[in-house]
Amino acid sequence: MPVHPGGQVVMGHGGGGLLSAELVEQLFLPAFGNAAATATPTDSAVMALPGGTRLAFTTDSYVVQPLFFPGGDIGELAVFGTVNDLAMSGATPLALSSAFVLEEGLELDVLGAVAASMGRAALRAGVGLVTGDTKVVEHGHGDGLYVTTAGVGIVPAGVDIRPDRAVPGDVVIVSGPIGMHGIAVLSVREGLEFGTEILSDTAPLAGLVAAMLGVDRDLHVLRDLTRGGLATSLCELAATAGVGIVFEEQRVPVPEAVRAGCGFLGLDPLHVANEGKLVAFVSADRAEQVLDVMRATPEGRDSVVIGHVVDDHPGVVVARTALGATRVVDRPLGEQLPRIC
Amino acid sequence: MKYLDEFQDPALARRLLAEIEAAATRPWALMEVCGGQTHSIIRNGIDQLLPEQVELIHGPGCPVCVTPLDIIERALEIASRPDVVFCSFGDMLRVPGRDRDLFAVKAKGGDVRVVYSPLDAVAVAEAEPDRQVVFFGVGFETTAPANAMAVFQARARGLENFSMLVSHVLVPPAIETIMASPTSRVNGFLAAGHVCSVMGTGQYDPLAERYRVPIVVTGFEPLDVLDGIRRCVLQLEQGRSEVENAYPRAVSAEGNPVARAMLAEVFEVCDRSWRGIGLIPRSGWRLTAEFARFDAERRFDVGDLTVEEPSECRAGEVLQGMLRPDQCEWFGTTCTPRTPMGATMVSSEGACAAYHQYRRVAIPVSVRRG
Repeated sequence: MPVHPGGQVVMGHGGGGLLSAELVEQLFLPAFGNAAATATPTDSAVMALPGGTRLAFTTDSYVVQPLFFPGGDIGELAVFGTVNDLAMSGATPLALSSAFVLEEGLELDVLGAVAASMGRAALRAGVGLVTGDTKVVEHGHGDGLYVTTAGVGIVPAGVDIRPDRAVPGDVVIVSGPIGMHGIAVLSVREGLEFGTEILSDTAPLAGLVAAMLGVDRDLHVLRDLTRGGLATSLCELAATAGVGIVFEEQRVPVPEAVRAGCGFLGLDPLHVANEGKLVAFVSADRAEQVLDVMRATPEGRDSVVIGHVVDDHPGVVVARTALGATRVVDRPLGEQLPRIC
Repeated sequence: MKYLDEFQDPALARRLLAEIEAAATRPWALMEVCGGQTHSIIRNGIDQLLPEQVELIHGPGCPVCVTPLDIIERALEIASRPDVVFCSFGDMLRVPGRDRDLFAVKAKGGDVRVVYSPLDAVAVAEAEPDRQVVFFGVGFETTAPANAMAVFQARARGLENFSMLVSHVLVPPAIETIMASPTSRVNGFLAAGHVCSVMGTGQYDPLAERYRVPIVVTGFEPLDVLDGIRRCVLQLEQGRSEVENAYPRAVSAEGNPVARAMLAEVFEVCDRSWRGIGLIPRSGWRLTAEFARFDAERRFDVGDLTVEEPSECRAGEVLQGMLRPDQCEWFGTTCTPRTPMGATMVSSEGACAAYHQYRRVAIPVSVRRG
């Protein structure tokens, strides 16, 4: 059982950091037993169907507060988040389900606006919303509404993207500035302003991935950066693949408002959530081509190379600081906590 | 936002490092007082770049770290009460007491809320008049003015359902304790810039004089820290022991008079226990008699709750610069941020937690350049 004082679920178990990982490894997987024998630590599961087609399958729940935030809303998030989990295995997303848990008393206008946003988002991402479910809980038992989406997609022949394909020498690319979603949500939830308004980066990444596969069918690793931020994704990938990762901290694009917000609250931009960014591990000889096509897409126009996969220090991510020193990069324990001073 | 990139410039950093290297002819041990500085030093790797002669000792200026276990237990006790809304800055929530933290209290149904300002807690008290709203008033001189203002406002608005669990500590008595210790190795101090932005620099003159030790008021960005180190080393090499302000963009000699006036009205000096160090006379603040009815310890009658610190923990030696975190036998094995044995492992600004986060693994010197 995950060790935590009190022996109960705490908010950090949903933070996407170490506590979340422990919940999966120490509670869910043992409890599921053999039923989870083919589960993989990837954004979506890939299953071979009779006839050779490979199906990608994933699911995600969305509990964001507030429901509408600068640059997006829970409906858009629920569509793009699941589309992105499919895209990270190289799949072309086909269809999504949407299951709602509604709180008694929720304004129908609000629900209508969320649903309309989901419709627009699905059209933009090129997926169908093909099935769904609705449940209602009593007033006071839910935050207005929760959405769960599941999605399926088809992995094109010859595409094999998974963490353990990372090899030393691979180039690490980030598809744009980090931390925008987390700071955008925090700023409205807590009524904080950091100079300029910052918008969530919520976006579907399937088009970007398709463009990358167009020039490099042999793409090694993809991961979308969500809760826990860039640091968590890199740490998970290094651990799963048994490789080291070194990146130049200065090359990681951090918007000024994100930096200001993080500085103000004592948060690390590397730990802050994103909803429209990915990290890719690409063979060194393909990196330039891949980077060029990424930059030609709207979702990847600010893509940059930040570092390399190395055979030193397996499982450990190392940042070279602006001053030329080095440090270990860790994933957060649970939720990020604003500091006292 | 200004003042971020400007104070992280690598070329300027190299120049400051070269000046430090040129100046240092003998070994010097400097203590950065503030946990924010410790975090910045370890995160940016500043200590790796300094010449061998200049050693940084990580001081006791992390408010989460030095808050005694007694106070943590009182917080947990008060937060567990069904009539209480317990408001706190985020990083106090994960500090473990004997068998639980505030997150666990919250999971059991306690109404624990993270706020970004003590005035938010006053607003909660105003909005929910039938609940007892308690703010966890922790910190050094930096956070004290806002906490004083919260109590002042609560009285002005007649909010008798607001109270504060006060655990305020002061920097100068801690510096004095360290210097008076016969085992102290500290040759110079980097004083905490934000503390001085409130209190000014005058309090440090008697300390610099009495102990013949340079005290350089220092900021938090990499260049701030390097400039503080440079000035401190120069003073030591030239045989000077002065209070010097290396953070003039935030600190003036007299500090913030408005904030100091508010502090003088609401708080009075008292003895305080420091986790990892012990009792330091006249090293903290409590509410004055006039505001004592806003003291949560009185309101909830938890003042006699005491807890023993685990005796194996060596945080006291770390806080006084006698032991580097990674030299401790418990570091990274028995004692981790998940299972902290004491003060310096509980907050991200604690020296042990900073080492655990950024230095847990020995990093090879030759890394592939990106």
